[in-house]
Amino acid sequence: MESSFGCWRRGLVLMPFATCLFLLCAVVPVCDAAAGEEDIWGVSNSSSQNTEGQEQNNSGLPIVTFRWNHVQTPFLVSVWIIVGCLAKMVFELNHRVTNIFPESGLLILIGFVLGGIVWGADKKATFALQPTTFFYYLLPQIILDAGYCMPNKLFFSNMGAILVYAVIGTCWNAGAVGISLWGCYEGGAMGHLEIGFLQFLLFGSLLSAVDPVAVIAVFEEVHVNEVLFILVFGESLLNDGVTVVLYNVCDAFVSLGAAKINAAEIIKGIISFFVVAFGGALVGVIFAIILCLLTRCTKNIQIIEAGFIFVISYLSYLTAEMLSLSAIMAITFCGVCSQKYINVNMDERSVNTVRYAMKVFANGSETMIFVFLGISAIDPAIWVWNTGFILLTLLFVFVYRIMGVFFLTWFLNKTRLVPVETIEQVIMSYGGLRGGVAYALATVLDPVKIKEKNLMLCTTFLVIYFTVVLQGVTMKPLVKWLKVKRSAQSELKLIEKLNNRTFEHTLCAVEDICGRIGDNWWIRGWNRFEQKWICRYLMKPSARKSQDYLFGVFHQLNLEDAVNYVSEGERRGSLAFMRSEDAASVDFKKKFGTDMSDIMPDIMVNTDFNGLDVSMSSVTRESVPSVSLEIHENDTKNLRNNNDVNVHHLLQQHLYKSRKHHRHKYSRSHFSINQSEDEVQEIFQRTMRSRLESFKSAKMGVAPAKKISKHPQKDRQQKMSNGKSLDKSKAHPYGDEDFEFSDGNSASGGEAATHAFLYTTAGIVNRAFMPEMDTPPTMRTPPWLSQAETDGSVAPSQRAQRSLPWSPSNIRRLAPLRISNRSTDSFIMADCFPPTASSSGVA
Amino acid sequence: MGLPLVESALQWNSGILNANRDPKNDDVEFQITRLYSRFHSLDKGENGALSREDFQRIPELAINPLGDRIINAFFPEGEDQVNFRGFMRTLAHFRPVEDNEKSKGHDASEPLNSRNNKLLFAFRLYDLDRDDKISRDELLQVLRMMVGVNISDEQLGSIADRTIQEADTNGDMSISFSEFIKVLEKVDVEQKMSIRFLH
Repeated sequence: MESSFGCWRRGLVLMPFATCLFLLCAVVPVCDAAAGEEDIWGVSNSSSQNTEGQEQNNSGLPIVTFRWNHVQTPFLVSVWIIVGCLAKMVFELNHRVTNIFPESGLLILIGFVLGGIVWGADKKATFALQPTTFFYYLLPQIILDAGYCMPNKLFFSNMGAILVYAVIGTCWNAGAVGISLWGCYEGGAMGHLEIGFLQFLLFGSLLSAVDPVAVIAVFEEVHVNEVLFILVFGESLLNDGVTVVLYNVCDAFVSLGAAKINAAEIIKGIISFFVVAFGGALVGVIFAIILCLLTRCTKNIQIIEAGFIFVISYLSYLTAEMLSLSAIMAITFCGVCSQKYINVNMDERSVNTVRYAMKVFANGSETMIFVFLGISAIDPAIWVWNTGFILLTLLFVFVYRIMGVFFLTWFLNKTRLVPVETIEQVIMSYGGLRGGVAYALATVLDPVKIKEKNLMLCTTFLVIYFTVVLQGVTMKPLVKWLKVKRSAQSELKLIEKLNNRTFEHTLCAVEDICGRIGDNWWIRGWNRFEQKWICRYLMKPSARKSQDYLFGVFHQLNLEDAVNYVSEGERRGSLAFMRSEDAASVDFKKKFGTDMSDIMPDIMVNTDFNGLDVSMSSVTRESVPSVSLEIHENDTKNLRNNNDVNVHHLLQQHLYKSRKHHRHKYSRSHFSINQSEDEVQEIFQRTMRSRLESFKSAKMGVAPAKKISKHPQKDRQQKMSNGKSLDKSKAHPYGDEDFEFSDGNSASGGEAATHAFLYTTAGIVNRAFMPEMDTPPTMRTPPWLSQAETDGSVAPSQRAQRSLPWSPSNIRRLAPLRISNRSTDSFIMADCFPPTASSSGVA
Repeated sequence: MGLPLVESALQWNSGILNANRDPKNDDVEFQITRLYSRFHSLDKGENGALSREDFQRIPELAINPLGDRIINAFFPEGEDQVNFRGFMRTLAHFRPVEDNEKSKGHDASEPLNSRNNKLLFAFRLYDLDRDDKISRDELLQVLRMMVGVNISDEQLGSIADRTIQEADTNGDMSISFSEFIKVLEKVDVEQKMSIRFLH
């Protein structure tokens, strides 16, 4: 440790190390101590090694050299990213804090701390967010993510309102703030400043943007209803572009000088405003088309097709920047327009890759932006205090936002089918958070043209802190207090989707009958155009064919069910529960399932056990019984298909691996998590427990397990006819019957014997499959097997099934019930239940 | 033109009869006049009533998958003529719900554009045999109209099953109107079954 201290003193170059370690030290008490320390030691060890290497190389051949300058920039960038992400990780450890305090605010505070440390060590602000970094490397992915994940339909159906807010609202904010500040300045409210009217306008324009980063960060946590969300979010996304354009126009005016501005220049400014904004959008659309066309033919290079999305989108950003059009608009529209088609065109895995990668990038740079918004503020050089200017700016920004929103909404509500309510307007105006864009624009200000740049910068900082921290913190309570309509977290239902479609068609028809051209006419016209032309060129033919809205929903629902099914099964330790589980997941009454019975997944695991094969789990689907006592709950066809895959996967994942399999895989496409620690523990405990049990039973003088295990089988087989008749006469559900069998067992073997049999056998064979001590394992022959063959018509009642305890034995109990009376099935069963093979064959 | 127009104006206003709608009356009258002229232009037989053929002549309806069902909805059971009054009565389903109407609660006569009536209209689109139940076959017919040919019958069948299952609470494998209301309770029907210009 000391040597590394020495190393830090060598030069300020290594200061970031210190910062990083300081941060970690500050962070460690909060976070898990072990992990943090490991990091510290890891870092300092390596640096001390490096130092030694450097000392050695003074004489003779250098074995190791220390080349800090070589890696400085990327190294620092990486360290900062790590620091930002660690900070984020620390907040997430404790949700109580993030529940009250929005993450964005916390990150800014961390930024303060870090900035303070850097300042304390360096005596100057070494690190500050450069506008170039912000605009070229941090912002694009955030905007792209926002555009790509935009709920398209909602966005376009509220497009009018969003545009009004984004364009008119932003202009209003900029103009009103600028003019009012200028008025106050002329009135003498802030002493003497070297700011002219145009500079005030410029300042107003840079403060006018509602920042999407801040807005997403805050609004995602409060879950307001979707229309409100899309209004705020869409506005913030588009008005970024608008602000930058507005800023550029104002900037041009400032450099032109007040004297030269005449009506022509103003008109040119207005024209350039629209050209830049919509030109940017056009560039985005063009690149979106290119992107769609590209993904049409990436079938053979699936590994890198995800990369296209990022590169092309980034290119759209850069191209727009090059043409001095609005880059933010370009990348937004690139994402919005292409998402639908590329998601269909690409392989599903690539789609997931894109989604995750985009989230990683966006989230990462969001974190960095907030952290640096804090760090950059720790620089006394920029802090110029002017009470009047700062307070008035805060006031105007706040008040004009409210006024703008209310006025525009009043105007918009005249034509909206569903008016925006007053409460929602309050939230909208309160959600006017400023963020990174404002800061970056303020840093770009040219100190030569604008003398009071630092005052503007520090006011911008204060506005950002005020809105992000204060408004962000109070947003959630406000939403609760005002009882804003929250987003209904309704799971989507097929019938709802179907009816939505019906409604759409109906509205179209009614409009046609009325002979009017309304919204629905436009929507339908667009859909038809899209179907006919756009899809033809931008979608893969195969994707186009399989595309159907309702079926897509259906497929998606089934996928969800399958996932629930499997995860529920994992939780319960068995997959058979689903048959009798009726809550939580959507069940299917399958009356028409006969044609699907050939794709039933049979999952068998045969483990060698004293010459007997134990099937650990077999999930089989029932052929539908012709007589059903109660309605049979079942899953859909797709669910079954998925089961097949998923259950296999599940097994593979959960079977204990022998030591060999703990090897790491070097393939690029696989990486497995090594869970050996837990497993070893688990196996050890089980072994000990079962040894104990077998020891006990041996002491009690019970016959060896093997014999016993065979005995009940016979017993059961004898009983089968019994059960059958019982069943037929009384229409007795199987579950009850099953219990009878266990009674029979215990009667024949004696209570102790049964227990011994249950535990010892399981213990001897494969401890892994012995679930819990209290749930006897699965050594029984399914008594229904022969029955199912002869008498497949009676299904177990739900009640009976539910009454069974959950254990792997369930699977076996239930499984044969689903077997149809077709002999093929019984042979399948015979394979997996060798002990009963003979009996089923005979039957 | 005079008499049916006044009548239907009343019809149009049924359920709104509160006085504070006065400022909008002009607007309403304007809408009615407008719809009346549309009615007139659709009425090729010039007999003051529309027949199915009159509706079928609208080109866009021919390519609307539910076009025929919607046309049927305009005709009361067993009739094949609809006068202006009936025409307006059907269209009244699609008026947006006003706030003051919403709060009025359940009056003796529910306005045609109430949530339930909007839903009933949609329900009737499915329910061909008017037994107040959507059977699996009826649902399948509608589904077949609405999905592309790429979906196989089997897939469609399972979609229909799933749909029925979502709504069916009493296990009769069909959707009754009360089940229909219940399963769609989260859907913003007031918004989705309203047309802006039909104020």
